[in-house]
Amino acid sequence: MSSLAELLTEPTPARPVITAECPPVDGGGLNAISEHVRRLAPYVDALNATDNAAAHAHASNVAVAIALNRLGVEPIMQVACRDKNRLALEADIVGAALHGVTTLCCMTGDDVTAGDEPETGRVFDMDSPQLIRAANRLAQGRYLSGRPLDPAPPLLIGAVENPGAPPYAYRVRRGLKKAAAGARFLQLQICYHEDRLTEFTNLAESTGLNRKVALLPTICLVKGAKALRFMNERVPGIAVPQSVIDLVANASDEREAAYQLALEQAKHALSLPGVRGLHFADFRHDDTLGRIVADLGLPTVRGAPDSEAIAV
Amino acid sequence: MVQLLATIEHAVKKPVWGCTMCGQCVLHKTGLTCPMTCPKNLRNGPCGGVREDGNCEVEPDMPCVWVKAQDRSEKMPRTWREQFDDLRPPVDNRLQGTSSWKNLLTGRDKQVPAGWQSDEE
Ligand code: SF4
Repeated sequence: MSSLAELLTEPTPARPVITAECPPVDGGGLNAISEHVRRLAPYVDALNATDNAAAHAHASNVAVAIALNRLGVEPIMQVACRDKNRLALEADIVGAALHGVTTLCCMTGDDVTAGDEPETGRVFDMDSPQLIRAANRLAQGRYLSGRPLDPAPPLLIGAVENPGAPPYAYRVRRGLKKAAAGARFLQLQICYHEDRLTEFTNLAESTGLNRKVALLPTICLVKGAKALRFMNERVPGIAVPQSVIDLVANASDEREAAYQLALEQAKHALSLPGVRGLHFADFRHDDTLGRIVADLGLPTVRGAPDSEAIAV
Repeated sequence: MVQLLATIEHAVKKPVWGCTMCGQCVLHKTGLTCPMTCPKNLRNGPCGGVREDGNCEVEPDMPCVWVKAQDRSEKMPRTWREQFDDLRPPVDNRLQGTSSWKNLLTGRDKQVPAGWQSDEE
């Protein structure tokens, strides 16, 4: 089983890289995580351990990433700038690396007003390009202070970018800034305007961004039009055109229409220049990921994790 | 004298740019738009939450500082325009409330943490 770092440096990739979000976990012990792993892991190269996704508190990114690692799946530990200052962020990265968690995804983070505790303070002591650089320096054996870190953790650093949010033309330049800071892959926010994703990848191609970072557009697996409306109205930076919502809402089988929409998006994304793979966010919590991967003609990445590993 | 400078600076920059006296001014590199008025304090470009109309994720009635900045930077002299894409280091919180004019003259605003500069640079 190749690591993400190995897959992303393959000179001639045999297949797209597939990552997915591990749904947030609250209680239920490691069993809660192993259920998600059992369902998602066969089809992915790595799973994201989110960091208080959508500004809601959950079991921490570090704890979930360590658990995923123990369960035999490579974790991509998301690190957001919203909740912690630079000391805490450095400590989390170094602490997780101590447990073998060395793949990161750095992001600004949704604002606290998007969450269920909007009265909380926002930190944003660093922004995401700064966080990428700070992580890259840790990988080179230095804390921000200059204090040595020996041995340096072998980090693979990724980030996010949103091709669907203004200023559109500038998004690729921001991607280049993140690449220069040390990012090696970009998980792109779900984009319901196909033309914007196309434009982003065209610019990525002409500026060479896709040769510096692996582009992984996100595909959301949702149950129906309600989720699309919710995303459009409530999730920062996501716009779903009315025509797309109507297409799903007016279908005789909404669930199936939502699936077909995701399948079309996935095919379109994979057809674009420089797209190295896909990142899935599964809000259906069923066997859809397996179905879409099969419909895309992609192989199952691994057998279901053995019960030994699960029974931690 | 130093305090006087800070007072004058604030008096000039507050009404025009909403200056919060971070003490490490980057206005010329950011299209003469102050990034510290971004509710997330971002100094390296817009977050992914910018709304369809170009307004801020956090303050729906305010144009995103970075959309404005990027737009304006296109109209700036070339060197400033190019500096828009520079990776700006984390804010030095000790400079809050001090005069960036003084910090510019003394070079204090250029100081970065010892570990910031990459080995390859
Ligand atoms: S939308 Fe613009 S101004 Fe608002 S938080 Fe994001 S970058 Fe800052």
